Amino acid sequence: MATAIKPRIKLDKKEAKKGDIVEVKALVQHVMETGQRKDAQGQTIPRKILNKFACTVAGKQVFAADFEPAISANPYIQFKFRATESGPVVLTWTDDDGSTIVGEETITVP
Amino acid sequence: MTKVNRRQALALGAGALASAASVVPAQAANDAAELIRKFTGSKAATEGKVKLDLPEIAENGNTVPMTVSVESPMSEQSYVTEVLVVGDGNPNGGLTRFHFSPLSGAAEANTRIRLAATQNITAVAKMNDGAFYTASKQVKVTIGGCGG
Repeated sequence: MATAIKPRIKLDKKEAKKGDIVEVKALVQHVMETGQRKDAQGQTIPRKILNKFACTVAGKQVFAADFEPAISANPYIQFKFRATESGPVVLTWTDDDGSTIVGEETITVP
Repeated sequence: MTKVNRRQALALGAGALASAASVVPAQAANDAAELIRKFTGSKAATEGKVKLDLPEIAENGNTVPMTVSVESPMSEQSYVTEVLVVGDGNPNGGLTRFHFSPLSGAAEANTRIRLAATQNITAVAKMNDGAFYTASKQVKVTIGGCGG
């Protein structure tokens, strides 16, 4: 189930000169249940959110974020990194239950 | 005895409404201040350098776009390590925390947040030299985003 989620990732450029700033936009489908809401029977719906996000480029972490229940459903994240070498751009979201959602793009630095 | 005519009555009513409205955001009952204190280790944060981009009025509190950027060269010598964002009107004070490094290139991130009610959002940035910078902004929320 969780593996079926495919994040949408967009880099503003696929090819960058060394030192260029690359902008990443990513959107992933997730309910981000806050743990505050109650269902029709008055039972609290348990919290289920993506609590961590990290991005690595060529194996080095360039950006990370801790999410709280205050992040909207289907979390959107936009950030930048400095292109230094070619390699995979890997984005990882970690769920409360320990599962992960992974998306990958490639950046080329000629 | 002075008689209150219609015009004065209206003015009184408006005044009462205004004062009632100004009381609402003051109910900081969550852990926002506590989170900031833990983050800075009780060090004072200087106003400035941090830019918090939020709408003044959010019609739908379920998804409010927020951009946080910090003025910094983001070089090995001087960069932003972390940015903590809190709001004082949500059930939980913490909204998000961004981690940067010199590889980030720019200390800037955008996401969408939930706001339960009209409240003050505060961002605190931590620099690699141990300095803290902060910025705040009030967002008016028409429809809260935490469900019931």
